[in-house]
Amino acid sequence: MTFEEIVFWSLVLVSGFAALMVVISRSPIASALYLILNFFCLAGLYLTLNAQFIAVVHIIVYAGAIMVLFLFVIMLLNLQDETKLRERMNWKSFAAIALSILFLIELFYIFIIKTPTPKIPIHPSSKEIGTVEYLGKILFTEFLFPFELTSILLIAAIIGAVVLAKKKFELTD
Amino acid sequence: MNLILEPIVKILIVLFINLTLVSYLVLIERKVSAYIQNRIGPNRVGPWGLLQSVADVVKLFFKEDIVPKDANKFIHSLAPVISVVVAFSTFAVIPFGNKITLYGNEYNLVIADVNVGVLVILALTSLGVYGITLSGWSSNNKYSLLGGLRSSAQMISYELSMGISLIGILLMTQSMRLTQIVAEQGGYIFGFIPNWNIFLQPIGFIIFLVSTFAETNRLPFDLPEAEEELVGGYHTEYSGMKFGLFFLAEYASMITASAFIVTLFLGGWQAPFIEYFNFSPFVISLLQLSAFAIKVLFVLLFFILIRWTIPRFRYDQLMNIGWKVMLPLSLLNLIVTAFLILINIL
Amino acid sequence: MIPTFQDYLNVAPIIIVSATALLEIVFQIIFKGFKKYVNIFSILGLLISIYFAIINFDKVSMSFSNMVFSGKYASFFEILFCIIGILTILQSSTIQKYYSINKIEYNVLILISIVGMMVMSAGADLISIFIGLEIMSICFYVLAGFARNQIIANEASLKYFLLGAFATGFLLYGIALIYGTVGTTNIIKIAQHYPIALSLDLHLLGLILLLIGLAFKVALVPFHMWQPDVYEGAITNVSGLMASGGKTAAFASFLLIFSIPLAAGNNNLIEIVSVLAALSMIVGNIFGLVQQNIKRMLAYSSIAHTGYILVGIIATNNFGNHGALFYLVVYSITSVGAFGVASILENEFGKNLNINDYSGLSQKNKFLAFAMSVFMFSLIGIPPFAGFVGKYYLFAAAIQRDLTWLVILGVLTSIVSLYYYLRLIVYMYFRDPENQNNIIVTNDFKIAISFSTIVVILFGIYPSSLFSVIRYIFNIY
Repeated sequence: MTFEEIVFWSLVLVSGFAALMVVISRSPIASALYLILNFFCLAGLYLTLNAQFIAVVHIIVYAGAIMVLFLFVIMLLNLQDETKLRERMNWKSFAAIALSILFLIELFYIFIIKTPTPKIPIHPSSKEIGTVEYLGKILFTEFLFPFELTSILLIAAIIGAVVLAKKKFELTD
Repeated sequence: MNLILEPIVKILIVLFINLTLVSYLVLIERKVSAYIQNRIGPNRVGPWGLLQSVADVVKLFFKEDIVPKDANKFIHSLAPVISVVVAFSTFAVIPFGNKITLYGNEYNLVIADVNVGVLVILALTSLGVYGITLSGWSSNNKYSLLGGLRSSAQMISYELSMGISLIGILLMTQSMRLTQIVAEQGGYIFGFIPNWNIFLQPIGFIIFLVSTFAETNRLPFDLPEAEEELVGGYHTEYSGMKFGLFFLAEYASMITASAFIVTLFLGGWQAPFIEYFNFSPFVISLLQLSAFAIKVLFVLLFFILIRWTIPRFRYDQLMNIGWKVMLPLSLLNLIVTAFLILINIL
Repeated sequence: MIPTFQDYLNVAPIIIVSATALLEIVFQIIFKGFKKYVNIFSILGLLISIYFAIINFDKVSMSFSNMVFSGKYASFFEILFCIIGILTILQSSTIQKYYSINKIEYNVLILISIVGMMVMSAGADLISIFIGLEIMSICFYVLAGFARNQIIANEASLKYFLLGAFATGFLLYGIALIYGTVGTTNIIKIAQHYPIALSLDLHLLGLILLLIGLAFKVALVPFHMWQPDVYEGAITNVSGLMASGGKTAAFASFLLIFSIPLAAGNNNLIEIVSVLAALSMIVGNIFGLVQQNIKRMLAYSSIAHTGYILVGIIATNNFGNHGALFYLVVYSITSVGAFGVASILENEFGKNLNINDYSGLSQKNKFLAFAMSVFMFSLIGIPPFAGFVGKYYLFAAAIQRDLTWLVILGVLTSIVSLYYYLRLIVYMYFRDPENQNNIIVTNDFKIAISFSTIVVILFGIYPSSLFSVIRYIFNIY
């Protein structure tokens, strides 16, 4: 194994483990922390793809801002008795588990057995693609339209949040 | 082998210097505050109290480590570690000197020259909030929790203006690489003012400085640990070396923040007017290193002076300043800078 | 490529509606009495947008580095969405009086959701389509919970949001797989890889995940669970907007993405989509039978109608595509109208929605009763109303494509649906009124409902007027 492969597989294993623990662990705080760990692994994977900018922004946005708000909410809710969160197993959960496993097998079949993934060599220009300069350039030329649309998306989300969270009801005149 | 050994040696040296600086920073702070308040300050351990910090550390190590009964033990211990790791690792991307030639080999005086260095620092400082929030939560104490929540709210609010105030510099330098940003700050404006960003981005500098105070939880923004209201804030329930770690983290993040300010706004390792003298390259390297150190010390002293001269803000004032003054101002700064670059003035 | 002025001109309808929404936010702060004129202002913006869509109508082009279509297909839908928006805003002016609504935010969100719909129907790239869909959905999540003091509104909003976010995950995963297999997200460039790409399992999986995401948005069985609850909990006019605009937009992008892989004759894909269509027709109509609440009934009817439209799309021949487009137009106008009538009877949030409350409507208000019956007849598909022509085209297309079993199912379920549509008409005309709620019909509302009624009748009697337009535009690529 080369150094890159070792890095890749360890990131994959840790991120998979963390993702699993997000679902399994009973304490919501622990789940949130595992999710942060998962984000770090993802950022590491981005680094292996020469996408430093995305990696760092991923950490700033997800680990640095969004997950903090998550923790905030969990702390303010202050779920004292976490054992109460345990769900009863009924036929629905069994069915869900069975279907998930089936889906997993299906994906496994499609990805690994039916589609042997050829080793794709890293494109020589990939070093440039990950840079801030390149991203900035294509965001304002090729991807200008989606980029600007995203701002409308964000403004809709902000208005929505304000409307739903505003304290007083404003009666129409 | 050099590829692995070189960074390790650099890391060890930087870590050693930082740790020493932290311990003496505590002493300096105590001395300065004493002089401001017309006292003498620590003077019993060693000459002028120079060994006071050593004594403090020894004391902290021998203190009993008390963990509250209902605390979440793992997270309770994890929180100070996160704080320290984040505080120290930030230094990895800060260039503390240009290049130095030792025994015929040329070394870059930066641990990791990342092409998104600015963002790395922002990412790491944004992670610092976890140490505080988690410590506040895991202590199972309302004062701690309040302190933790306050700190996260504060850090998130000021991170925005901090980030945006930086963009002005990024626009001028066209790079996020810190070495590049420092290199661009060589030369002079009108032939005699050093080409530092503080002169080109005065508003950005002020916003950044204030935000840094808020990010490092220093007075006048130290609401997370406001003693009058919250006992000790997020570290109320910490004792022994865990408390020591928080202490360490606070001062370490102060140092890294100062170094970051120096790198971005005060010319980094650039020592002005040095080229008028005929120094050998090695001496120039050393002079640049010391220029960096002096600037950092100067900013640190400024931090300390502010702490002992300005009273704490009220919480709503803090939020008001963050969202209603700093953020619009930083946006304005960004727009003006962009416009000036567009018409080729900057 | 640096965008030129022509690029901006091509997407002028989208820009104008966005600008109207943003200006409303600003004017709210600047002008004190702006609240009174906000409806007029929105309608004005939408009308200007229609004007630009008409200007662009004749020339098909792609703008912003092949990110978005303009002209013909895109313009057609842009005009349709603007009309739906105008109708919704006109109808909302009545209900805005009844319960506390932040009028300006309500208008802004409706306008932005229309922007989302326009982008969805005009997107030439999976990225634009996805962002358009998100814009629309986020507005809908909020609009669904707009009556904040009502518990069912909160339930609706939360349910829609959680499930919608989940569906978005599928959509993105699908896009990722498609990009992974063909190396592009541009619809036309993807189409160049067909039919070879369809033999790749990963690509097919990506398409199916994309299908699941879109099926959620159009509420195809079994991804329909949210719809009755959301339509019931949302403000009635918003439900109308969701049923018409939301669905049409999702179908517009469905056509853009799926018409080529379906036409390429991949049996797996066709089978999956046919089963979805069949299930939707069955479940929608059978569950519709037992609904007492008019909004829930319309929700199930809407599920059934997605099934019918899908039948036409599966057929992938001219008949089918034209029929689907025709039906989309007719169905959206009809459902806006039907939800509008429901909203006018609903004096207070959630009241007077039971089918009993419609008894004797013809004695109380002839106009509303007539309009509602026209909409119901059109939904059943009885000549001479437009719904009949649409259904005829859809089923004819399916027969041409040897999908007879779907047609049989469609006709049978239509017959089943007769019961609940006709029941409403029976209640309205052959029962005595149970209560004496006075119904206030404003002029705005009258204009909107008359427009919808006239359109439904006109396209029923003279369908070729719309068909000639559709035939003209249906040349996407």
